[in-house]
Amino acid sequence: MLKLIRFLKGYGLKTVVGPLFKLIEAVFELITPLVVAWVIDTAIPMGEGGDYSGLVTGGLIILGLGVFGLAFSLTAQFFASRASLGFGTNLRRELYKHINTFSYAELDKFSTTSLITRLTSDVNAAQQAVAMFIRLVLRAPFIVVGAIVMAMIIDVKMSVIFVAAAFVIGICLYIIMSISMPKYKGVQAKLDTVSGLTKENLVGARVVRAFGAEEREKARFNAASETLAEASVKVGALSALLNPLTYATLNLAVIAVLYFGGIKVDTGALTQGEIIALVNYMTQILNAMVVFANLLVIFTKASASAARINEVFDTKPSIEEGKGAAPDYDAPAVELINVTFSYTESGNPALENANLTLNKGESLGILGGTGSGKTTLINLITGLYRVKTGKVKVFGNDIKDYTFEELYSFFGVAPQKCVLFSGTVRDNMKWGNEAATDEEINLAIERAQAKEFVEAQKEGLNYVIAQEGKNLSGGQRQRLTIARALVKNPKILILDDSSSALDFATDAKLRKSLGKMREEEKLTTITVSQRVTGLKYCDEIIVLEDGKTVGKGKHDELMSSCETYREIFMSQNKGEETK
Amino acid sequence: MSKFSPKPKKENKTDFAAIKKLLKYAKPYIPTIILALVCSLIQIAATLTAPVVIGNTIDFIIGEGNVDFGIILQNAGILGGLIGAAVLFQYISTLLINKASYFAVKDLRETAFSKLNSVPLSVIDTKSHGDLMARVGTDIDQISDGLIQGFSQLFGGVVTIVGTLAFMLSYNWLIAVIVVLLTPLSLFVAYFIAKGCHKMFAEQAKKRGELSGLSTEMLTNQKIVKLFAYEKRAEERFGVINGELKIAGQNAAFYSAMVNPCTRFVNNVVYVVVCILGAYLVIRGNGVPGMSAFTVGGLSCCLSYANQYTKPFNEITGVVTELQTATAAAARVFDLLETPDQPSDKNLPDLTNVNGNIEIKDVYFSYVKENPLIQGFSLSVKSGQKIAIVGPTGCGKTTLINLLMRFYDVDSGEIAVEGENVNEVTRKSLRESYGMVLQETWLKKGTIRENIAYGKPDATEEEIIEAAKSARVHNFIMKTEKGYETELGEDGGNISQGQKQLLCIARIMLNTPPMLILDEATSSIDTRTEIKIQQAFGNLMKGKTSFIVAHRLSTIKNADVILVMNKGNVIEKGRHEELLEKGGFYANLYNSQFEH
Repeated sequence: MLKLIRFLKGYGLKTVVGPLFKLIEAVFELITPLVVAWVIDTAIPMGEGGDYSGLVTGGLIILGLGVFGLAFSLTAQFFASRASLGFGTNLRRELYKHINTFSYAELDKFSTTSLITRLTSDVNAAQQAVAMFIRLVLRAPFIVVGAIVMAMIIDVKMSVIFVAAAFVIGICLYIIMSISMPKYKGVQAKLDTVSGLTKENLVGARVVRAFGAEEREKARFNAASETLAEASVKVGALSALLNPLTYATLNLAVIAVLYFGGIKVDTGALTQGEIIALVNYMTQILNAMVVFANLLVIFTKASASAARINEVFDTKPSIEEGKGAAPDYDAPAVELINVTFSYTESGNPALENANLTLNKGESLGILGGTGSGKTTLINLITGLYRVKTGKVKVFGNDIKDYTFEELYSFFGVAPQKCVLFSGTVRDNMKWGNEAATDEEINLAIERAQAKEFVEAQKEGLNYVIAQEGKNLSGGQRQRLTIARALVKNPKILILDDSSSALDFATDAKLRKSLGKMREEEKLTTITVSQRVTGLKYCDEIIVLEDGKTVGKGKHDELMSSCETYREIFMSQNKGEETK
Repeated sequence: MSKFSPKPKKENKTDFAAIKKLLKYAKPYIPTIILALVCSLIQIAATLTAPVVIGNTIDFIIGEGNVDFGIILQNAGILGGLIGAAVLFQYISTLLINKASYFAVKDLRETAFSKLNSVPLSVIDTKSHGDLMARVGTDIDQISDGLIQGFSQLFGGVVTIVGTLAFMLSYNWLIAVIVVLLTPLSLFVAYFIAKGCHKMFAEQAKKRGELSGLSTEMLTNQKIVKLFAYEKRAEERFGVINGELKIAGQNAAFYSAMVNPCTRFVNNVVYVVVCILGAYLVIRGNGVPGMSAFTVGGLSCCLSYANQYTKPFNEITGVVTELQTATAAAARVFDLLETPDQPSDKNLPDLTNVNGNIEIKDVYFSYVKENPLIQGFSLSVKSGQKIAIVGPTGCGKTTLINLLMRFYDVDSGEIAVEGENVNEVTRKSLRESYGMVLQETWLKKGTIRENIAYGKPDATEEEIIEAAKSARVHNFIMKTEKGYETELGEDGGNISQGQKQLLCIARIMLNTPPMLILDEATSSIDTRTEIKIQQAFGNLMKGKTSFIVAHRLSTIKNADVILVMNKGNVIEKGRHEELLEKGGFYANLYNSQFEH
């Protein structure tokens, strides 16, 4: 938690003043028993003598302390809310910025869901902790210390009882907390399992029902839910000890105050009113401690959250941004030199010794089955992952030399998983180019063969796409993601298996339209596919299998030289004729 | 429900209704809860008696040479007993309440989960999964925090208040009456602030929702964010909502933080009045008519009560907010629990002796009334026939599967298997007659073995390996670290899409049901494996009725019937040659493949 304090920047004064005002309020509160003692010891005898002015004064003083206490504590609350929310806002913003610097390797390490949780609930928990810290947590030690000081003012020897009580409570608190904190983490993990099962069941509802496995799913869930309940009860039993122990300690201390106080009163060293004041201080400590114990639960949770947040901050992006370089548009658009890559340190290479040169205005096809390394190749060319062996060059420079902005500006990518964002069609199209005009957008849409669909909507470009593009069919989504890539005016267009949901006719038209762009605008295209039909007319086709390049060349060459290619081609085209 | 209620019974709209329903789930735990309350009663009684003993002791510590140590020691013994009782019963009461609340939550959660398995699929298809998960998860947690823990706190609070009043009354009725009169002040202040807070909290919740929506959308698709260099713009959008959240949050935080100091101030006023009035009464001694003598010890005791008396009010105001959240959560949970189940099939017979003869007669179906999809569709399928379903994306191929599997029921018309109307047999028996491989693969968290044996948990090792071999996934499995015992992560986790699909195929290979539904089953498996799978499927399909959502021409050409679908309806049906000859939609679709 301490590590996060830097996000209080700009709220330093408020963070200091808040608790300070709380301290002043606590002091007022601590003076009250003294006034009460004075009323009992002085004002009552005065009143018995017929003079009630002492009562009035005493009453007014306590009331006055209350009024000032209110004013100070309201101010403190105000500062606390400003500072804590300011802290949360800073933290959230910086955390999001930091996540944005992550490369894919880091995003894979944390999962997206976990990053979202960290960005939302964890930040909220940390923010809550700051608010509570300013508002309440400091108050408890103030009261405890203050009460001890007050006790000392009344009688130094009696204050020993206070110190001893505070010490015992401190020990109890420490022991219980240090045992129960790790257990709370265990409960949290069990809760995650339960919600994981729920999610799984929702996603797989069809399969579960198809196999008639409802009862078994329930049994599985119930077992997890039972473990959770039992673990919660166990931790609860431990932390439930705290309040009774505090209560017992303080009341035993009260007994001690009465007994030893009695001795002191007997010798005339203390008065009756002072004994009442001492008992009052004990009660105040008790009240403060109860609040404190409840807050500790919040802090336990917050420190777990803070650890999760820090884990994100401590993770540095593995890809460093280049200093910038001037692209040479006469050089090959993409060049791979002896590239070998694996996602994990020890894992098998996902791509082995890949070499390729793609000139500007040419088309490259990448063919291969699942897991053959096609998407890996694309990830390396676009620089989402970086090679450790070999070199990837785009327009004459190693991609490591470009700034992120320079590098990504070359590519227009229509990814395999075609995602659109909630918003209008126009909003989505502008992803690639914020300044794009409607004409540019319409042109891209036309080229991506999505014109018919967009024009069929009466809202046209203002047609609102639901989250994840749920109100569109797979084919419509694919065409719009291609259009979005084109709006960017990319030098290199990458279609990662992104015409799979198109019917044959539309797919053919799309290929035709891209061919035209290659001729007229020197657009370089890279098409990934599992099907030969989509790649047959590429200037060069790379055939991948298990990360290895097993063939490279034009369709006709590959037909004669590459067995894998031929096999795939046969299975997809001639297959049915021979059957 | 009160007879004064002007409106007819509104489900879950009122707090009362939700609490009443909740009592049903708390029922097995009511003895535990009552026991806990009894314990808490004893604890409070002991806690409240302690100040009396302390006050009484103080009355015997009057001044120099005037201290009665006999009484002090005697009272110390009594106090010790009271403390012991308070500690013991407080602990027991907390344990019992914990137990009741965690296990009631467990029951409720299990009921909710079970509900998810018995609602019509349309509920799961149309509601956001996040929302449903929240209902089974956080909402139910909030119910336990708010209603059960809150209830016990509320109970404790009320008992403390009543007990304190009783003790004060026994000391001095005037002080008690004045305290009672001043109390509403504290409640009023708290109520007033809470009312102002509500709006701000709603605003804060809204902004939080927006922010989490945005971050979910962006982070889920971080790849696109990167490739389009959208980070700056995403950060800007994030910043705008974040800023709004800050303002809303600051307001909400400050207002809610006002409750404590304000009620504390009211307490202070009460304290002053008790102190001064009490002191006055002490001075007057026996001089006040209708009152017994009031001592300094009595005053000390009343002051300590005045402190204790107002404290539960603070707690109760806190509990009230919690109760509100909890009842809102309970309403959401009951919303789910009261979703009508799919019609019960308990008393229906099982579908037996399935050979794969299916008769579809004049079926009409739509997801929403305004948007009719399948209209007057009829088809007769003989055992062992292959039906290919083709059409452009979004043409409604999955709708047909939904109807065959009875994930959805037809609006009119009927589907009969072996002459039995599918609505008149159990769903389980019908669904188990089909083997289904969906486009979206689903594997559960668990070992590969568990996943393959999903439909047949008692399968032997040999059967599992055999199924994996015929699905051509055995070799892959053996290459993984622990073979069949390899743990798959959430949603199949760490393996590729193609491998997931192979495992799904192995899963049905194990069951060999008489009818098959293959939904673009081979779309993400590489071509060479695809060929092998086609062969395996060929074996599997032998003699079985199969419906195949087809992409491959070979499948389509070999089909006994091709169903051509467009815009949700079946528009053509027949064999390949027939349809080509017809020169309609299908012919057009087929010919376009060879265009460049």
